[in-house]
Amino acid sequence: MKRRDFIKNTAASTSLLGLGALSLSSFQLATNTTKKLTILHTNDTHSQIEPFPLNHPKTPNMGGVARRAAIVEQIRKVEDNVLLLDAGDIFQGTPYFNYYGGELEFKLMSMMKYDLATIGNHDFDNGITGLYGQLPNASFEFVSANYDFKNTVLDTLVKPYKIFNKKGIKVGIFGIGVELYGLVDPRYYKETKYLDPVEIATDITTKLKDVEKCDLVICLSHLGFEYKNEPGKISDINLARKTKNIDLIIGGHTHTFLDKPVIEKNLDGQEVIINQVGAFGVNLGRIDFFFDSKEKVTATGKKISI
Amino acid sequence: MRKNKKSMSQMKHFGLILTLLTFFTTSNAQDVVSVIEGKQVKVTEAAETKAEYDAVIAPYRSQVNRDLDKILAYNPVILDKSKGQWQSNIGDLMAKITFEKGNKVFEERTKKKVDVCILNHGGIRAMIGQGNITARNAFEVMPFENAAVVIEIEGKYLVDFVTYFIKEKKPHPIAGLTFTITASGVAKDIKVNNEPIVLDKVYNLVTNDYLASGGDKMEFLKKSTKTHVLDYKLRDMIIDYFIDVDIIKVPTDIKVTQE
Repeated sequence: MKRRDFIKNTAASTSLLGLGALSLSSFQLATNTTKKLTILHTNDTHSQIEPFPLNHPKTPNMGGVARRAAIVEQIRKVEDNVLLLDAGDIFQGTPYFNYYGGELEFKLMSMMKYDLATIGNHDFDNGITGLYGQLPNASFEFVSANYDFKNTVLDTLVKPYKIFNKKGIKVGIFGIGVELYGLVDPRYYKETKYLDPVEIATDITTKLKDVEKCDLVICLSHLGFEYKNEPGKISDINLARKTKNIDLIIGGHTHTFLDKPVIEKNLDGQEVIINQVGAFGVNLGRIDFFFDSKEKVTATGKKISI
Repeated sequence: MRKNKKSMSQMKHFGLILTLLTFFTTSNAQDVVSVIEGKQVKVTEAAETKAEYDAVIAPYRSQVNRDLDKILAYNPVILDKSKGQWQSNIGDLMAKITFEKGNKVFEERTKKKVDVCILNHGGIRAMIGQGNITARNAFEVMPFENAAVVIEIEGKYLVDFVTYFIKEKKPHPIAGLTFTITASGVAKDIKVNNEPIVLDKVYNLVTNDYLASGGDKMEFLKKSTKTHVLDYKLRDMIIDYFIDVDIIKVPTDIKVTQE
């Protein structure tokens, strides 16, 4: 409720700022230091390789990996600084998974040049060994900070975070997964330990901002957007509120179709962008970050246009 | 530079520009985030299809289709969970398959027999039309990976199930269990294998792992004293049944009688 109000109020109050934004564009053009990073993302693609059939009740003729690839390629032609990310649950949902265990999903994502993914609960559906066995088909890496894989086959293979240097922009990306107990058969996740998302995120983001000096910190989360019936349950909304230093949370798990990215305030009162694009690859999320010198941004303020 | 111009003009179209007078506190770099734009790209047929992706998918697709479209049996009547107040033909079939296939594995391992099967109405995800049937039907009816478990559970919790069943007013699939619903909406004559139920007797109940852990509000199933994991997916049971028979035969016995 509060979040909606925030967006609505801000929208109403910004109509006056239209002219200001116009002058900003000429202002931006005058600088030589402006850098741009384009984040593309998916979540919960659930083995949906093919577009949905024409008679599908909810998303007829939508999705399809070959189309997503065309869109990604088109964007890469225009933008030269792109990161392509996935927030988990790549596996399970069509017979392609039942037959090939995720081989085709990983191969196609590798062709699309995904940069990084995190692990969703359904990615354990063939057991942790099933996921391990498919890793050679993925040219991209997986990150998860709150699953302790020490006593499993994934030990050392899944790192808590990864840092990308994108044309001078240092981007730190870490993964956060949902509690597996009650959701996944313990025989499947074996000795994977689930650690508290807020504690882990607090530690990692401090490291990424203060030690690694990242310009941007992104959380790839499979916690779920929010739980209306259990408001206290950890979710992307709560993670944003209870931490600092996170700039963007790319979420998954709850298959939430957001009209637009959501803005939350963190512990320091700073904005955290949260986005999730439904499921099954029917949408591709896109967030563009423009960077400018600190003095200029201090003078004009940060603009969020969603 | 032209890129920036383009995206700034796009901002005008999106209209929503939030000026937030707070600043990123990056400690090192001189460059900080100045503008953030978010949008969602719909994946529709407007996007061209990349042929090289289709070429990779094609052999997988043809193998899956060849397998899923292989005719396994013939189905003489439409199987639909929405037909029937307390029992549906497809529910009766699913309970029978789960009971029989589960019992086979359980008996081999423990020398004991399954007494009851309980499934949930919501777990049946599709109809089966009249005509030839294939493994694809099994994937449609049971897309989930749920596997069968046999739980040892006292009779009183089966009574809890009957109470739940009457309250839910849904034809949850059952086998091995019969009862009568009185005019005032209470259960009587609850029987397991045609014998009156004994409240403190331990019965062997086959279900799926989801329900055994209390799914679909079947909390009473968590009261089991022992769980036997069968390592046998419900969908595989259905496919194996299709392979076993030439013609699908739905059991016709009355399990739930309404007075």
